[in-house]
Amino acid sequence: MDEKFKKIAIENSDSIVQMWMEEINSLKDGNYTSSISDELFESTNREFVNVIFTSIKNAGPPKAVESFSEKIINLGWPLSYITDGLQVFRRVTVDYILSQSEQVDSAFISNVLKSVDAWVEPLIRQLVNEYSGSWENIVSLQRVALQELSAPLIPVMDSITIMPLIGTIDTERAKLIMENLLDGVIKHNSEVVLIDITGVPVVDTMVAHHIIQAAEAVRLIGSTCILVGIRPEIAQTIVNLGIDLGKFPTKSSLKKGFRSALEITNRKIVDLETKEESIEELIQSLKGE
Amino acid sequence: MKPQSCVNIKKEWDIVGARQLGRDIAKKVGFGIVDQARIATTISELARNIYLYAEHGQICFEVIDNLEHKGMCMIAIDVGPGIEDIGQVMEDGYSTSGGLGAGLPGVKRLMDEFDLQSEVGKGTRIKAIKWLR
Repeated sequence: MDEKFKKIAIENSDSIVQMWMEEINSLKDGNYTSSISDELFESTNREFVNVIFTSIKNAGPPKAVESFSEKIINLGWPLSYITDGLQVFRRVTVDYILSQSEQVDSAFISNVLKSVDAWVEPLIRQLVNEYSGSWENIVSLQRVALQELSAPLIPVMDSITIMPLIGTIDTERAKLIMENLLDGVIKHNSEVVLIDITGVPVVDTMVAHHIIQAAEAVRLIGSTCILVGIRPEIAQTIVNLGIDLGKFPTKSSLKKGFRSALEITNRKIVDLETKEESIEELIQSLKGE
Repeated sequence: MKPQSCVNIKKEWDIVGARQLGRDIAKKVGFGIVDQARIATTISELARNIYLYAEHGQICFEVIDNLEHKGMCMIAIDVGPGIEDIGQVMEDGYSTSGGLGAGLPGVKRLMDEFDLQSEVGKGTRIKAIKWLR
């Protein structure tokens, strides 16, 4: 039975393709693909239908499906283009085979449906897998990228290190912060570490708890931790929550924190003589001669 | 009262989603930056309690707008283990998870109205309201 249907489908592939094209084109307007140029849409459709037929014939190289899905992914077309296309193909083919057959009873229809499903299903599975695989790949790459960004430690000068934190802190990130902080303090031999929370949107008890723990751990290995970048609204919520941050120094901005870090390490910022003054002096001395 | 919008809490990152939605609503209602931070912190605490103790639940938001008041209501519902001694969890410094123990009493201080109902084995429902002044 299946072979017979396959033969009908392959022999009449031209008319099936035409019906399919018409349906797909009618889907195009007012849909996700409406911004795609007609030429590209047409050529991709042709390629798509070729992939479908080679897969039915089992003749083409298995790579064809893969390279086609790769192309669609690179074009950035939605997954629904593929699922819609195969759905339409299934409908059109079933209709066509039924219209070509003489005796049509329920058993026959169910046989037709079964065979056509068997052709289309592996394709759907493969294409959707390729698609979701590429998403998963992107997500995992982004996760790695995020992790690299999550707890950076910057040694700004001898014995002063800064950790700027931006974005939400979850338990995993809190762990990383603690580890990087302690590793960095040892590695850079820091006397003072500044934790900048300007970019942390919400400081709740969990975030505060992790910061307190990290600061306490830094204190245990002999360094001082200064918490900087506490915005006024964050200061108010911390007070309302009743969190005690009294154990270590805090500052409103990184600038102020950096100054007190310099004080702790017995240094200060000295303005150099300005250039203009020295030029003026030079002119004065020249005039004197 | 406007219809509720709810966020399901299952993963740790759902806390962030709930917080963002809450902050957006607070902004629309017209809360200032400080109150927005209070509301976001409250949502964070309530959602984290759900995540830590009940594993999953919901945070629902309601905008209250009537003749006398305008404000925002947050309701945290879960069907977790429930709270045995409500008096104890409202004490500062009490925590079963090694945290600071400032969450629920802190939320009560951050908000204008606070209501906690809980039954052991059945779940917990916390309602918190912030009025717009």
